[in-house]
Amino acid sequence: MIQQDVLQVDNLKTYFHLEEGRTAKAVDDISFKISPGETVALVGESGSGKSISALSIMQLINKPGRIEGGKITLNGEEITNYNAKQMTKIRGNDIAMIFQEPMTALNPVFTIGNQITEIIRKHKKMNKQEAHQHAVDLLKLVGLSRAEEMMKEYPHQLSGGMRQRVMIAMAISCDPKLLIADEPTTALDVTIQAQILDLMKEMKERFEMALLLITHDVGVVSQYADRVMVMYGGQIVEESTVDVLLESPKHPYTQGLLASLPMVDKDVARLGTIKGTVPPAYDFPAGCRFSTRCPHVMEQCLSHNPSLSDIESEHKVRCHLYPSEVEE
Amino acid sequence: MHKYIIRRILVFIPMLIMLSIIVFALATAAPGDPFTGKILDPTVDPEVFNEQREALGLNDPIPVQYLRWATAMAKGDFGESMYYKGRDVASLISERIVNTVYLGVFALVLTLIVAIPIGIYSAKNPYSPLDYGATTFGFFGLAVPNFFFGLIAIYVFAIKLGWFPAQGTISNIHVTGFAEFLDRIHHMVLPGITLGLAGTATYMRYMRSEVLDVLGSDYIRTAKAKGMSDRSVMYKHTLRNAMIPIITLMGFEFGALLSGAIITEQVFSYPGLGTLFINSITNRDYPVIMSITLLLGVAILIGNLLADIFYSIVDPRIRYD
Ligand SMILES: Nc1ncnc2c1ncn2[C@@H]1O[C@H](COP(=O)(O)OP(=O)(O)O)[C@@H](O)[C@H]1O
Ligand code: SF4
Ligand SMILES: [Mg+2]
Repeated sequence: MIQQDVLQVDNLKTYFHLEEGRTAKAVDDISFKISPGETVALVGESGSGKSISALSIMQLINKPGRIEGGKITLNGEEITNYNAKQMTKIRGNDIAMIFQEPMTALNPVFTIGNQITEIIRKHKKMNKQEAHQHAVDLLKLVGLSRAEEMMKEYPHQLSGGMRQRVMIAMAISCDPKLLIADEPTTALDVTIQAQILDLMKEMKERFEMALLLITHDVGVVSQYADRVMVMYGGQIVEESTVDVLLESPKHPYTQGLLASLPMVDKDVARLGTIKGTVPPAYDFPAGCRFSTRCPHVMEQCLSHNPSLSDIESEHKVRCHLYPSEVEE
Repeated sequence: MHKYIIRRILVFIPMLIMLSIIVFALATAAPGDPFTGKILDPTVDPEVFNEQREALGLNDPIPVQYLRWATAMAKGDFGESMYYKGRDVASLISERIVNTVYLGVFALVLTLIVAIPIGIYSAKNPYSPLDYGATTFGFFGLAVPNFFFGLIAIYVFAIKLGWFPAQGTISNIHVTGFAEFLDRIHHMVLPGITLGLAGTATYMRYMRSEVLDVLGSDYIRTAKAKGMSDRSVMYKHTLRNAMIPIITLMGFEFGALLSGAIITEQVFSYPGLGTLFINSITNRDYPVIMSITLLLGVAILIGNLLADIFYSIVDPRIRYD
């Protein structure tokens, strides 16, 4: 029997309807799957649509944003048309999420204990004492040895790294099958980053969760992910296993991202960045969205956006340079 | 926490002294004294006035006069009214202050019951018809002066429609208990709305922008991502944060209501501190004027102190050291 995917996203589109009739296509037709226990990285520069993709899965898009279309299937059940009440049973319970800014992600006026037991009591049938005990155990599990005291403390009394550990404890508290981590270490000290990522990896293995790891740091991808999706301009432009992607990146954008990665064993001269900036989501160029920055841009790139197609098994690329493409 | 409150109370004392000096200085600097108006009375020998001035200590050096006055005030001796002969200021004030406090509390409660739910609704449904309505009302409430609104209210609701009395605190002196309470409330409706109008407008706008602000914050997104219900997100996570600045504002409201009452009471001939104050100014009844001014100052200081204390209770980030 084929194992059921934890998450399947089909043709998801999330647009922001801005003033003057402009539309920001923040997420424009993305599809992917995550299998149980798998770690999938979603990489791309800031503004490429990673966070909006994650928030769309959670159905946490605020106005003027709106999910325009697509299908989201969780553990075989389609949740696309779930109402607000049904979603509250999914969030925190089946899918948990960790955010980029640990300093602002916790409510400043409630204690750590209050904020963890709240989610436990929402999703699990536990009384106050049981929830308290569960919270303390979780805090210890994520490496906070002062757990019992910390239950009575407020977020401002903890460091960024400690708060992110609290967020992790909260996220794993109801045994979700999928954890979405949106740049969980970007705001942290370099020394703390590896600790937090290692902790997430450990928890993921222990609780057999799948992990969608959002990052703009290709270095993180190589160490923690099984599979990678590269996102640009609201679309996935390349997708493959980590090894293949690092070994032979095909999309000029992926090549640029890898080139900008400082590597100790490589020549410093390789260190470069992609020229130009991400075009705004309400003003993508016609044709390939990367054409304004691509060093290999061709005539057809300016008029036709390539489709995401297999160039070999488990390796998809969205670029006119590769033969197996089917033009849109 | 206790230390913090004690320290705030200690800071209060020099402020109070400063305030008393200012009040005294203003009263002393005002031209004339209680005898000025009579000095031209040809039947009285000017020497008599001088003797009386001497007896009352009005010829002493000003610092001496201040110290004598301040010590008496500190002891709770507010002096004697110069207009209502033989009545001490304390009793004049105490028979009026209750009415003003009732009116103030009535206006404050009305303000909060109206402003907070509307502010929340506006934030939840920005740019909805009710939000636009509330915005319009807000501008109106801030732009229309108290006395003008009061006069219109009297004309429409008291004279034309006859729904509410236009003046006083009570019309049937024979009822007691709950009936008396209802009678008082009935008299308070028009002045209460008038007094609370500006505050309602202010709080509504504040509440709307605070709630909108908090709703957009990261921790609200976290609460939603945890699966918290809309109720919990709004009434637990959002309100607790949005109320912090509102509580600070309420401290200032204390003083604003009391000073607003001066005009409002006058418009409705409502026998509170405000009417007493205006009458005393007309009558140059300095002991009363000074006592009420000082009292208003103290009320404002207490309001700010309460705001600080509440603030330190609701916001755990406040440092006490
Ligand atoms: N609240 C919003 N209003 C308008 N546009 C938005 C909003 N949030 C996101 N976007 C658009 O979506 C694009 C993708 O945003 P995001 O998913 O946050 O990028 P990433 O997480 O990859 O840095 C942004 O470049 C922006 O144009
Ligand atoms: S389609 Fe053309 S512009 Fe786009 S990445 Fe490929 S070569 Fe570059
Ligand atoms: Mg992001």
